[in-house]
Amino acid sequence: MNRYQVQRIGFAALSLAALIVVLPILMVIASIVLRGIRAIGWEFLTAMPREGMKAGGIFPAVVGTLLLTLGTAVVCIPIGVGGAIYLAEYARDTWWTRAIRLAIVNLAGIPSIVYGLFGLGLFVLFLQFGTSLVAGSLTLAIMTLPVIISTAEGALRAVPTEFRTVSYSLGGTRWQGIRRIVLPQALPGIITGVILGLLRAVGETAPILFTVAAFYLPRLPHSLFDQTMALPYHLYVISTQVPGMPEHIQYGTALVLLAVVLSMNLVATVIRSYFRRRRQW
Amino acid sequence: MSDSKKTHWGEFVVEAGIRVMGFSTIGFVLLIFSFLLREGVPVFLKVSPANFLGVRWYPTFGLFGMLPLILGSMLVTVVAVTIALPLGVATAVFVREVAPNWAREILKPMIEVLAGIPSVVLGFFGMTIVAPMVRETLGVPTGLTAFAGALILAYMSLPTIISVAEDALDAVPNSYRDAALAMGATQWQTIWRVVVPAARSGIVTAVMLGMGRAIGETMAVMMVTGNAARMPLSLNALFRPVRTMTATIAAEMGEVARGSVHYHALFGIGIALFVLTFLVNLTAARVIFTKRRKGGLR
Repeated sequence: MNRYQVQRIGFAALSLAALIVVLPILMVIASIVLRGIRAIGWEFLTAMPREGMKAGGIFPAVVGTLLLTLGTAVVCIPIGVGGAIYLAEYARDTWWTRAIRLAIVNLAGIPSIVYGLFGLGLFVLFLQFGTSLVAGSLTLAIMTLPVIISTAEGALRAVPTEFRTVSYSLGGTRWQGIRRIVLPQALPGIITGVILGLLRAVGETAPILFTVAAFYLPRLPHSLFDQTMALPYHLYVISTQVPGMPEHIQYGTALVLLAVVLSMNLVATVIRSYFRRRRQW
Repeated sequence: MSDSKKTHWGEFVVEAGIRVMGFSTIGFVLLIFSFLLREGVPVFLKVSPANFLGVRWYPTFGLFGMLPLILGSMLVTVVAVTIALPLGVATAVFVREVAPNWAREILKPMIEVLAGIPSVVLGFFGMTIVAPMVRETLGVPTGLTAFAGALILAYMSLPTIISVAEDALDAVPNSYRDAALAMGATQWQTIWRVVVPAARSGIVTAVMLGMGRAIGETMAVMMVTGNAARMPLSLNALFRPVRTMTATIAAEMGEVARGSVHYHALFGIGIALFVLTFLVNLTAARVIFTKRRKGGLR
């Protein structure tokens, strides 16, 4: 066997591996879309669940996820973007900066269920927020921080140094340069990072298990200190905890969750590629 | 004059705020660890070491042996990484070195999509479709086994492994490839003998991070592995139900009384998980930091 035949076999093996990676992804999406689509309708999305969740809609879970995502965004965007600005524009390569980077790597690696335990210990019990929107949002916000910080830092670093130098040379202060020149240029990248971070928050179940999620609560939350249903937890409940659940409701819920996450993914991709093409530098 | 002084003060406040946010991540890590300790350490005082290092986890009888849970997590993780490593590295090599543009345009977004699918959705898919498939093809009594869990976990860690391995391949200077090709090597020989060995340390990082991801995964594992806290000792344990550390916390925390031994024991498992993933990520980060010190070349 000569080396060109070896090469042909090698390349075939590589494409086969790629195929083995991609096909199941398509299978997951196709099976959920095909079996879930017939559950989807106006009523499914806007009605309260009835008869122990075996009929009716998933409205409170949709609203709950929306509120949680909003709460997460309010907390994690300022801290995340601020942290990224510090790392990209102010921090020098000191021992402290390395400690910050290590902390970010570590935060990104902590299992989601451990965030759940932490949220239970600090927010629910110690600060006595109870199982509430506040406790859940804060827990999710800390979990999404590392994603936002690292993507936002990347976006800030991608802005050429010359932009900053020119701003200095015109008499601007460092902060003016960041606010008026660097931040606007990095904004699309930052937005992409924020969406990718929030996408993680939308889909996570483990951190909200003990901090906010309600098993069955066919009403909307009354206040920030109220529990709520949420889409991922609802899917977990109806697929494992409730016997005799109609299949189309399970697949319908999975489809709604998948659709939310994939459309956020799509928006992030579109923003990124649109601005990358328009960028002048 | 007073106006410029005002902006100066505003700026000082803003910059101080940014500094605080920069350092906040360290604070969060310390906060998380201290609260795990606060709630988890009592178990090590109330329960004898022989008990929590034992082989039986029956909290209702006061037996808190973590060994079956730790071994369960290890079994599922090791099998998942064994599946994901060759697939992930091969896909990364394909995307970076071989694939035509159109294939790359399809593959990269698909992998991002996989990274975005919530674990509970993959768990649901695993329960309803993968587990029955495993049961029928292997003829085991239930499909909810360690093997089904490992399969799902393998796919969940693929995006991490692929993207880190791809970065590692990217970091190999093009002059290496050019030199190999100029000496008459085929493209395959170049990849196999030059590029992949040069990217070795990055690929190790990829595996470590993928492993960290797999150890910590909760929902999908809980839904698919069948959750029996048995010691996975023989080889066919792979095709039996198994219980991981993460799934134990998720399944039991909802029902325990606050402040009971069982409650503290679950936080104890949390401490173990925190330390484990910290070590894994520290090792991975060390590889990253040393690489940076030496510059682009290894």
